[in-house]
Amino acid sequence: MAQRYEIRFSGAGGQGLITAGIILAEAASINEGKHAVQSQSYGPEARGGASKSEVIISDEPIDYPKATVVDACLAMTQESADKYANGIKPGGVLLIDADFVKTVPAGEFKVVKIPIMRTAKEEVGREIVANVVALGAMIALTDVVSREAGLKAVLAKVPEAFLDLNEKAYSVGFEKVKEALDA
Amino acid sequence: MAKKVALLQGNTACAFGALYAGCNFFGGYPITPSTEVAEVLSEELPKIGGKFIQMEDEIAAMASVIGASLTGQKALTATSGPGVSLKQELIGYACIAEVPCVIINVMRGGPSTGMPTGPGQSDVQQAKWGTHGDHAAIALVPASVQEIFSETVRAFNLAEKYRMPVQVLYDEIVGHMRERIEFPEPGELEVINRTEPTVSPEDYKPFDPSFGDVPPLAAFGSDYRFHVTGLNKAADGFPTTKANLVDDEQRRQIRKVDGNQPDIELNEEYLTEDAEVIIFAYGSTSRSARYAVNELRKEGIKVGLFRPITLWPFPEKRVAELAKQAKAIIVPELNLGQMILEVERVAKGTCNIVGINRVDGEPINPGQIIDQVKEVK
Repeated sequence: MAQRYEIRFSGAGGQGLITAGIILAEAASINEGKHAVQSQSYGPEARGGASKSEVIISDEPIDYPKATVVDACLAMTQESADKYANGIKPGGVLLIDADFVKTVPAGEFKVVKIPIMRTAKEEVGREIVANVVALGAMIALTDVVSREAGLKAVLAKVPEAFLDLNEKAYSVGFEKVKEALDA
Repeated sequence: MAKKVALLQGNTACAFGALYAGCNFFGGYPITPSTEVAEVLSEELPKIGGKFIQMEDEIAAMASVIGASLTGQKALTATSGPGVSLKQELIGYACIAEVPCVIINVMRGGPSTGMPTGPGQSDVQQAKWGTHGDHAAIALVPASVQEIFSETVRAFNLAEKYRMPVQVLYDEIVGHMRERIEFPEPGELEVINRTEPTVSPEDYKPFDPSFGDVPPLAAFGSDYRFHVTGLNKAADGFPTTKANLVDDEQRRQIRKVDGNQPDIELNEEYLTEDAEVIIFAYGSTSRSARYAVNELRKEGIKVGLFRPITLWPFPEKRVAELAKQAKAIIVPELNLGQMILEVERVAKGTCNIVGINRVDGEPINPGQIIDQVKEVK
């Protein structure tokens, strides 16, 4: 993999995207022995409105801990797409929730559209796991950690009563992207 | 056996480092961006029979830490710049009364309330000169989550060994980011405890210089009874105005640090050997600097990083050597130029010294450093 790979998860505060970032960083650093740094919106900007979580993954120790130009970005809402879906590397990738991001930011990157919230609600059964659907989708899209390492990190994070729900959410998200890429 | 690993915030690592060092008392008053240190210890300390107290304000928190330490506990407080300002009177008291304790300052901007959620490095001179009067100071500036753990342990060691307050300063960026940490096994990192008296309680003098520059410290509540005051005092702890005793005591306290600088000083150097431009950077800013060094080296530019991990006492000797070797030293800081003053003092005009300063709540990015290096080289 590249020496330094940067991913941004963005959406509305409360959608669990900070947790998604933490799980990805755990998958990379604990399950795969890579280096990872996770940081997030903090302070007034983290309250309501758009929120973000950034993860940097590398085979080498990570010096600068903040995102520079991201390789991949997730935007769950129009506001987060407008605010955070910038600074994506040429050749990078943007995943958007197709139902909520109507105006797609322009740039030299690939855009993948999946109805993430709707998938969580209708195919998994609970909207609350939309962040795990998104995480599965981002891992499928970026291949930054293995499918197994991602799942292991998800299952290590969630309460026991919700293991099945989250495993399903992760797998559905992962498969959705595979389908979209094959289409 | 594989070591226990976790992805932790810097503040959480600080709390676990304190526990590793044997901390069993925390007195504090919650303040952004340090609150997680208190939050974790409020859960963990009761499990090991330690005490966690949320005090009514910052100075009371410092008082509780001094009191706890005098009873033989290893005591910690965590705050941010505004809290350190409010603690200053008692930090001075801990200096003169020679009370071991550790103060964590997770730095934000300032002065006053400033920007609570933004990172800053503007308390670095305060760590040396914040309280009035001549006094020795030790301040450590870790730059990663793992290093926050180990430097918190070292802060306790130095506090106990030299019987004085020690500050650990890191900014909001390192305090809140998450990185992988390997937990050291018990015994892997050195843990130092204060020297206790071996004389009988009747013969004990809490500041007896015949035991060296760091006299043994008994615990209140034990058989040893002694007097503690913020006044200049004689060996027995009672106030004195005798010129020679006051002079001896003040000089001894400074000597504890000045005379042991090799034991206290810790630096990291990266590609400085042949460097024509040196970047002097600490804390989160040093990470931007290291990134910049790697990028510039790809272009064949001879640049290196000097990173103090002990900021006070200042690494005078090595910085003076580097100033003679280099054409220029660049000092990026999240303040308007504080440690650059020390670099200039020590360099004595032997090379060009340039600051990069930022106080808008954003980190200094590698590009800013790269541009500056290219300008001076």
